[in-house]
Amino acid sequence: MITEKHLPEGHAAIEHAEHHPALQHHFENMEQQREAGTLGMWVFLVTEIMFFGGMFLAYVLYRSSYPEAFAAASNHLDIKLGAINTGVLIVSSLTMALAVYSAQVGQRRLTVIFLVATMALGLTFLGIKGVEYHEKYRDSLIPGKLLPSRPFNPAVQGPHEPYDEHKLHLSPGTSVRHVEMFYWIYFALTGVHALHMIVGIGLLAFLIFSAARGRYSPEYHAPVEISGLYWHFVDIIWIFLFPLLYLLGRHLEHHG
Amino acid sequence: MSEHIVSRKVYFAIFAALMVGTAVTVMVAFIDLGGQFNTIVALTVAVIKATLVVLYFMHVRYSSRLTWVIVGSGLFWLGIMFALTLSDYLSRGWLPPPVGPH
Repeated sequence: MITEKHLPEGHAAIEHAEHHPALQHHFENMEQQREAGTLGMWVFLVTEIMFFGGMFLAYVLYRSSYPEAFAAASNHLDIKLGAINTGVLIVSSLTMALAVYSAQVGQRRLTVIFLVATMALGLTFLGIKGVEYHEKYRDSLIPGKLLPSRPFNPAVQGPHEPYDEHKLHLSPGTSVRHVEMFYWIYFALTGVHALHMIVGIGLLAFLIFSAARGRYSPEYHAPVEISGLYWHFVDIIWIFLFPLLYLLGRHLEHHG
Repeated sequence: MSEHIVSRKVYFAIFAALMVGTAVTVMVAFIDLGGQFNTIVALTVAVIKATLVVLYFMHVRYSSRLTWVIVGSGLFWLGIMFALTLSDYLSRGWLPPPVGPH
């Protein structure tokens, strides 16, 4: 206490206070560090909103230009797999939120368990997406010549042929080229979304590793929280992709 | 402001709402509501679901005003991009094509 007298007012407390080992020296305290990290992630997510927004806008413009072709293409997507994947992502958002909660209250084991569950659900989503992509490959619906061996060339239901669910059902005057436009947008949006999922799964692998080694505590768990923001954002993108790509035009579906 | 810990009860309630929203939007998609109502219902449900995720799962409801400003700015610029582009595309054909000088 004697030495503190010689220092300017207030300094002693700061200089000698025990601080958390995870506190970077350019922050005053853990609270400020956490807030700065959260804001940084939000700024990144705003750029992501604009990035995906551009593709959503392209979708809106083409859908309004070629409504029949887009409805026919939408109806050809696998709505069951799309709906299951929506459920899988929502459950993964719940487990991610519970992982953040567990980290906040210092339950290390539960944090790891929920992070592993989130990662498993993310991988499940990608697996189901892979099955869907394979169906598109089988039906020659990969647009353009992205796959030179399998150019865009779907079978179209003829007017007097027996009903075949694997064929495209186009109303008269609808161009298969406009259906191809739908598939360009479908693969661009779902492909970039899947890429974000892969990045998220990488983040989760890092978090699981760190959490299992006991790096997170009620005082310091910013990486879990910030990665959670990213994971939920990717979920939100799918919340919009699912109705736009799979559901719109479903009521116009006609059999035979 | 110190960190707000959202209770697990809230998380489970939001999760239930998201699942119900998904079920509703899938069921409604097969019913012909007439005109553009199918699109309006599907997008309204999606916006409600996204809002719930942002406010509760992403803790924005309990976050600082600066966070609100950043989130709001993202939506604002998204709105500019859509509004300006659509004001062009949707207004095409409102006027007859201009008559040339000849």
